Amino acid sequence: MRNKIKNIENKTFLLYMTVVLFIVMYVIGIVMFHDKGFQKPQVFLNLFISNAGLIVIATSMTMVIISGGIDISVGSFVALTCMMLAYMMEKGKMSAISSIVIVMVMGLVFGLVQGVLIAYLNIQPFIVTLAGMFFARGMTAIISQEMISIKNEAFLSWANNKITIPIFGIVNKKGATIYPYIYPTVIVAMVILVLMFVLLRYTKFGRSIYAVGGNEQSALLLGLNVKKIKLQVYILNGILCSIGGFLFCLNTCAGFVEQAKGFEMEAIAGSVIGGTLLTGGVGNVFGSLFGVLIKGTIEAFVSFQGTLSSWWTKIIIAVILAFFIILQSILAMSKRGQK
Amino acid sequence: MNNINIKKITSAGLFLPILSLILVLIINVIKTPNFFYITVQNGVLYGYIIDVINRASELVILAVGMTLVVASSGGTDISVGAVCALAGAVACFILAGGQVSTDIYRAPYIIAFLAAILVGLLCGSFNAFLVAKMNIQPMVATLILFTAGRGMAQLVTNGQITYIRVDSFKMLGNSIKGIPLPTPVFVAIAVVAVTFVILKKTALGLYIETVGINNKAARLVGLNPVLIQFIAYAFCGLLAGLSGMLVSSRVYSADANNAGLNIELDAILAVALGGNSLGGGRFSLLGSVIGAYTIQALTTTLYAMSVSADQLPVYKAIVVVIIVSLQSKELQRIIRDIRHSKKKVEIAYEK
Repeated sequence: MRNKIKNIENKTFLLYMTVVLFIVMYVIGIVMFHDKGFQKPQVFLNLFISNAGLIVIATSMTMVIISGGIDISVGSFVALTCMMLAYMMEKGKMSAISSIVIVMVMGLVFGLVQGVLIAYLNIQPFIVTLAGMFFARGMTAIISQEMISIKNEAFLSWANNKITIPIFGIVNKKGATIYPYIYPTVIVAMVILVLMFVLLRYTKFGRSIYAVGGNEQSALLLGLNVKKIKLQVYILNGILCSIGGFLFCLNTCAGFVEQAKGFEMEAIAGSVIGGTLLTGGVGNVFGSLFGVLIKGTIEAFVSFQGTLSSWWTKIIIAVILAFFIILQSILAMSKRGQK
Repeated sequence: MNNINIKKITSAGLFLPILSLILVLIINVIKTPNFFYITVQNGVLYGYIIDVINRASELVILAVGMTLVVASSGGTDISVGAVCALAGAVACFILAGGQVSTDIYRAPYIIAFLAAILVGLLCGSFNAFLVAKMNIQPMVATLILFTAGRGMAQLVTNGQITYIRVDSFKMLGNSIKGIPLPTPVFVAIAVVAVTFVILKKTALGLYIETVGINNKAARLVGLNPVLIQFIAYAFCGLLAGLSGMLVSSRVYSADANNAGLNIELDAILAVALGGNSLGGGRFSLLGSVIGAYTIQALTTTLYAMSVSADQLPVYKAIVVVIIVSLQSKELQRIIRDIRHSKKKVEIAYEK
C-alpha cells in the first residue's frame, strides 16, 4: 500500500514540477521583458500558435512512449508531410482537401510499416524509427530539393483565418481596442489533445497501452494481444504525425528538405519534461502540453532577447531534457532502493 | 553432404559482410569497368578503389567505436556525427584563433589536435555517464548530443565556415608527399589494429561481450558493468573526435552543418552489416570494418548513379531495415513455421 502511494506521488511529482517550472519561467519572462510586452495575452497565445503541430506530435509521442516504444522519425516525417502537401498542391494542382487525405493515408502506411517491424518482427523501435527518420528525410529530397511555397487559395485561407477572442482586449496608442487572436490550428491541436486524453484514460485501448508499457509480460499474461496493441499504437502515431505535419505546414506554408530538423527531440523533450517515463507505462498528455509550452517559452526568450542566436534554443532544450531524464532515473533508482 | 557444407559457410560469422562486399564490388565492376584500375599521378595512387578505401576511413574509425557501444549495451550512439562536427569546429577555432580564415597557425597544431580528441572524449563520457551510470536508454541519451552537438559547433564557429589554409593541416586528411596512399587509410588501419590488440591481449573484449549479453550476470561474476559500458561509450566519443579531425582536415575547414552528416546511420549500418546483432553481446570488429568499406563502396556507387547526398539515406535506410529484419529471430521463427506447415501438408497429402 505504501509503495503504491509513493508510486503515485512520483508520477504526479514530475507533472507538478513541469507546471511550476513553466509558471516560474513565464513570470521571469514577464519581469525581464516587461518593456517589450512579454505580459501581453497575445504572447501567451503565440506559444500555442507557433507550436500547434508540435503539441499534436508530442501528444502522439507520449502515447508511443507510454506503450514502451519511441519514435525518432517524427521530425523527418513532418518535413515529408509538408513537402508532399506543397508538391501535390503546387506541382500536382490537386485540391487542398484531397492532398490532406493522401498525406493522412501516407501517415497510416508509414505507421503500419514501422509498427509491423517493431511489433511483429520484434526489432528495437529505435533502429526502425532511425531508419524511418533517414528514409523520410531522403524521400523529401527525392520529391524536390528546391523549396516549394504553397499558394493554394483554400490552404492559405485556412492558414490566415484569424479567430479573435473578445476578452483581454488591449487599447493601443490610437485608442482602438485590439483583441488577442488564435488560428484554427490551435483549436485542432486542442481537440486532438483532449481526444487523446480521453482515449488514453477512459477507453479499453488506452488502458491496454499503459498495461503493455508498464510490463509487457504481465500484459501478455492478462490476455492482452500485445503485438496488435503495439501495431495500433504506431498506426495511430503515423496518422497523428501527418495531422501534426499538416498543422506545422499551415504555419510555414512551404515544403523544404531542412524543415523541422530536431523536431523529434523537441517532441521527446516535451513528453519527458511533462512527466512521461521513458521506461513506459506512465504519462499524461497534458504534461506534454506543458513540456511543449516550456520549449515555446524558451524560444520566446531567445527572440525577445534579440541578440542570442537560434541555436541556443536547441542547446537549452537539450540541457533541460538531460536534467529531466537524470531526475527520472534518480527517482526510479530510489524507488528500486525502497523495495 | 553438400547441403551441410553450404549451411556451414552461410552460418559463419563473416559470411554476410563478405558476401555483401563482393555483391557491391561486382555491381561496380559491371557499371564502371575501370573500377579496379589504378593510376599513379605525382607519386600518388589514383582510382575508384583507392577513393573508396580513402573515403571509408572515418566510417571505419566510427564503426570500431560503434561496435563496442552496441556490443556492451545493445544500444547505439547516434551522436557521433554531431561530435565529429563539434570536435572539428573546436580544433579549427583554436588554430584560427577565433577568425574565419587563416593562412598561418595561431596556436600549435598539437594543442588543437588534442583539444579535438578531448572534446570527443568529453562528449563520449557525457553519453557514458547517462547510459552506464544513470541507466538511460542509449538512444535517448545520445539524442541530446545528436541535436545539441551541431548547435554547439555553430556557436564555436559563430555560424560560419572556418578555413585553415595551411599545407600541414591538410596532411591528415589528404596525403603526405612521397607516400603513395592517402593518410586517412593509415589512421584507420592504426585505429583498427590498436583496438584489436587491446581487445585480444586484455580480457576487455570478453568483458564487453559478457556485459552486453547479460548485465546482471556480469555483475554477479564480479565484473563492473558500469565501468565497462563507460569505457565503450567514452572510447566511441574519442574516436568520433579523431574522425572529426580527419573530416575537417580533408576539406581544411570546419563546417558545423555538414561535417559528418548522416554518418551515424552509416556507422550503425556498418555494424549491422558486419554480422553483429544490434541487441548487443557477441561482436566481430573485423565484420564491422568490412561492413564500413562495403557501405562506402555502396555510397560511391550511388553517387556514380547520380543520386545526390541528401537522397542517399533513403537507400541506406531500406538496407538497414532489410538487414535487421533478416537478423530478427521472430522472422526466422515465422519462416520456420511456414516451412513446417508446408511439410505437414505434404505429409498429409502423401498419406
